[in-house]
Amino acid sequence: MADLSKCVERLRALLGSANVLTGPEDLLCYSFDGTAAMRQLPGVVVFATTTAQIQSVVLLANELRIPLVPRGSGTGLSGGSLPTPDCIVLCTARMDRILEVDSANLTLRCEPGATTVAIADAASEAGLFYPPDPGSMKISTIGGNVAENSGGLRGLKYGVTRNYVMGLEVVLPDGEILWTGNKCVKDVAGYSLRDLFIGSEGTLGILTQALLRLIPKPASKRTLVATFNEMEQAAQTVSDIIAARIIPCTLEFLDRTTIHCVEDFAKAGLPLDCEALLLIESDGHPAVVEEEAAQIEAIARRNGCLQIRVAQSEREAAELATARRSAFSALARVAPTTILEDATVPRSELAKMIRFVADVARRHRLKIGTFGHMGDGNLHPTFLTDERNKEEMHRVEIAFREIFEEAIRLGGTITGEHGVGLAKKSFLPSFAGEPSMRVMRELRRVLDPRGILNPGKIFD
Amino acid sequence: MSRPESPLKSMDYSVVQQCMHCGMCLPTCPTYDATQLERNSPRGRIALMRAVADDRLKPGRSFAEEMYFCLGCLACMTSCPAGVNYAELFERARAEAEASRALASPFRSLLRRVVLGWLFGDLKRLRLVGVLLRWHQQSGAQALLRRSGLLRLLPARLRELEAMTPTVQSRFSASRIPPLSPARGTRRFRVAMLTGCAQDLMFSDVNRDTVEALTRNGCEVATPPLQSCCGSLHAHNGEWAQAQDLARRQIDQFPPGQFDAIISNAAGCGSHLKHYSKLLEDDPEYRDRARLWDSKVKDIHEWLARIGIDPPRPERPVARKVTYHEACHLCHGQKIVTPPRELLRAIPGIELVELPESAWCCGSAGIYNLIQPEMAGDLLARKIQHVRSTGAAVVATGNPGCLLQIQQGLRREGLDLRVAHPVSLLAEAYRDEA
Ligand SMILES: Cc1cc2nc3c(=O)[nH]c(=O)nc-3n(C[C@H](O)[C@H](O)[C@H](O)COP(=O)(O)OP(=O)(O)OC[C@H]3O[C@@H](n4cnc5c(N)ncnc54)[C@H](O)[C@@H]3O)c2cc1C
Ligand code: SF4
Ligand code: SF4
Repeated sequence: MADLSKCVERLRALLGSANVLTGPEDLLCYSFDGTAAMRQLPGVVVFATTTAQIQSVVLLANELRIPLVPRGSGTGLSGGSLPTPDCIVLCTARMDRILEVDSANLTLRCEPGATTVAIADAASEAGLFYPPDPGSMKISTIGGNVAENSGGLRGLKYGVTRNYVMGLEVVLPDGEILWTGNKCVKDVAGYSLRDLFIGSEGTLGILTQALLRLIPKPASKRTLVATFNEMEQAAQTVSDIIAARIIPCTLEFLDRTTIHCVEDFAKAGLPLDCEALLLIESDGHPAVVEEEAAQIEAIARRNGCLQIRVAQSEREAAELATARRSAFSALARVAPTTILEDATVPRSELAKMIRFVADVARRHRLKIGTFGHMGDGNLHPTFLTDERNKEEMHRVEIAFREIFEEAIRLGGTITGEHGVGLAKKSFLPSFAGEPSMRVMRELRRVLDPRGILNPGKIFD
Repeated sequence: MSRPESPLKSMDYSVVQQCMHCGMCLPTCPTYDATQLERNSPRGRIALMRAVADDRLKPGRSFAEEMYFCLGCLACMTSCPAGVNYAELFERARAEAEASRALASPFRSLLRRVVLGWLFGDLKRLRLVGVLLRWHQQSGAQALLRRSGLLRLLPARLRELEAMTPTVQSRFSASRIPPLSPARGTRRFRVAMLTGCAQDLMFSDVNRDTVEALTRNGCEVATPPLQSCCGSLHAHNGEWAQAQDLARRQIDQFPPGQFDAIISNAAGCGSHLKHYSKLLEDDPEYRDRARLWDSKVKDIHEWLARIGIDPPRPERPVARKVTYHEACHLCHGQKIVTPPRELLRAIPGIELVELPESAWCCGSAGIYNLIQPEMAGDLLARKIQHVRSTGAAVVATGNPGCLLQIQQGLRREGLDLRVAHPVSLLAEAYRDEA
């Protein structure tokens, strides 16, 4: 395309040749993210390391009317950073400095490419705590986390990324640079634009800086693993824990298939002779943790748990959390293509949803592994299939539709934390309803009149 | 079938399909860490391999260069929850790169023929070169040459290589180790020891120490004086046919049925030696023996941990801090992590201090430091910095390539630390017993 080659030339002038990739071997490596069975070659891939550079790329894209797709580490699970044909992929992974840790105001300021783990480590070094911990935290970037409003294992007690974003610097789709938010705990001056950009999946602006909220590190924690003969016992245990007014930091669930895959990889000594496993972590004041852990144990036993193991050291607890974080990828041991879902229901409906998923798998003769953030009603039923088997993939699609419909019927949502992107685009209109769709469309048109930024994602 | 037309296309597709591109391996990959370019990551490389297998990409120069920029350190295998067999993919991809002849040049072909075919194809020749090199180093010729300033006439790259030539030991294994070393005390096991090529030339003392540690723990050790190369260098550099040939020779020389274990003390060799059955899977004559062979090959640390060592009781234990660098092909390639540490802790006087990033590649990676000096140099500097931070007097590591590389790095920084194979430290302690 003539336009594209002109564009490449201009990009080289703006960023230097080393930061502009056009070779087939390079483009191929940016033609996918963490989402299964999706692939599209971009026109060109560029790296920027300053806000000014990003601004110049956005202006150029506007001038030449070339679509621009922001990308962090490409671990997204809804195809958010998947290229559109002939687009510019703008990768912010190398813009990764932690700029400031402010212990007086409990904030951290960083560039968009900083990894979640780098942020957590920097906070920890200052004796503070950055709770959001998506399973991908060792490599996912804060830009991606904010754009997807990612959750994690600690969502139940500590919330998700949104709860820790105090301010953002954004390059708008027309090239203007905007700051929203500040270090004040309270601020009601105008609309909260900051909240608009959180979860915007790279469609409303390019994040170039984030100001994050930190909290004091909990003084102690206790990690438990409880196993059950039946999934429903696990689900009931979760409901009972919440009903007893206990909010543990983590309440994660793995089913039999997932347990076996995870143990195969992590060798964390997970019990294999069970149908369901709960990983529970309580943190806070030592006396409270002690009491909560005892209560949790009693509730689990009342629900007929097979075995309870308490992590004996910080290291063992970390191993268990790492094992859980590997669940999704570990499921790939069973089948070449793993398509995971993100349906979320109110906690009271969890047991019903779990039963429904098992039933769907049976009816459509599909293999499924389920794990998830049970404490916040966010399940990840994962279909274990082979993308080359067209007939089976078709059944997978039907099964998904049924799961979504059931989730909505139970008052839930089609995606709890992975975003809409391309993967759930077709389900959004019926879920959100026309008024919401209209407002979203108009908002986007105002900010991005030329449709430059991540076109085709979330909705057309 | 010695070398199929396209090693990647002829491979079982599920191996390449196993990668579900989650990116969990990215932070553990040294080349991705250095460039943050997706193509320099395991996920990117596998995507390229898959594209070749799918016929979406023609393997050209850029593909070949990428596969040679990969260290083959296998850190990605340790971190991959999905269980991707990167080791196999890597060998296939390098063979693919060779089959494409994208990097072929008369000089490179000659060099490969000389090194892989001639030198390492028959270890008698390697030893001959070793003898010449030894003469060069001991007669004073090297010192003279270095002082003469003549080296300055060489291009920078060759000058660096000259500085890197390892010191050849005064005696090779065969003159230090008898063909059969009886067990001390009761014989509990009958094992064979592979002397290796680099190990034999530069570290024949490690071979001697290995035999001593084995005999001291009830093993009778067969060490035939004339051995051949294990073929790992060939397999990792895309020369399958030669690698297969060398594997058959090994199996012939050490019939696996006759030994309780076949011992390797070089991590890089061990990691390859354990996969002969894969290499010879299409060879009906050798297939079964190769399977038995794989089950018998043991790294020295692994074997000593398995049989349980008699803790040394030296008369004069040397109090010192020792740190342990994990050879990639020990920790990632063979998943041997605790036995070397346990072995070191069993030696009186040694205080084991953990090395930060102990499992991060030191840049040696077979002959990587020769073909990618820049990346290798960066990795080495990083390693030495960590070593320095431990305050240790000794760096222990279980692979000749790492031993040489770290020695080199310490020398460059003017640091006076000893680099030793754990088994050497063990043998020394035994030697000092009453
Ligand atoms: C193994 C695994 C486990 C996971 N676990 C979790 C989990 O527990 N919880 C969870 O919520 N998610 C999880 N995810 C999903 C994923 O990791 C998150 O969505 C993460 O936030 C994506 O970050 P990234 O840097 O990889 O972004 P990318 O995938 O590169 O991009 C994601 C989206 O963000 C946009 N974007 C990226 N950078 C910018 C920027 N600077 N400005 C504007 N937009 C930008 C992209 O356009 C895209 O729409 C997991 C993924 C994997 C593979
Ligand atoms: S190699 Fe493993 S860890 Fe890396 S992207 Fe592929 S599946 Fe994920
Ligand atoms: S072998 Fe090492 S260098 Fe190569 S992709 Fe794996 S981790 Fe990276």
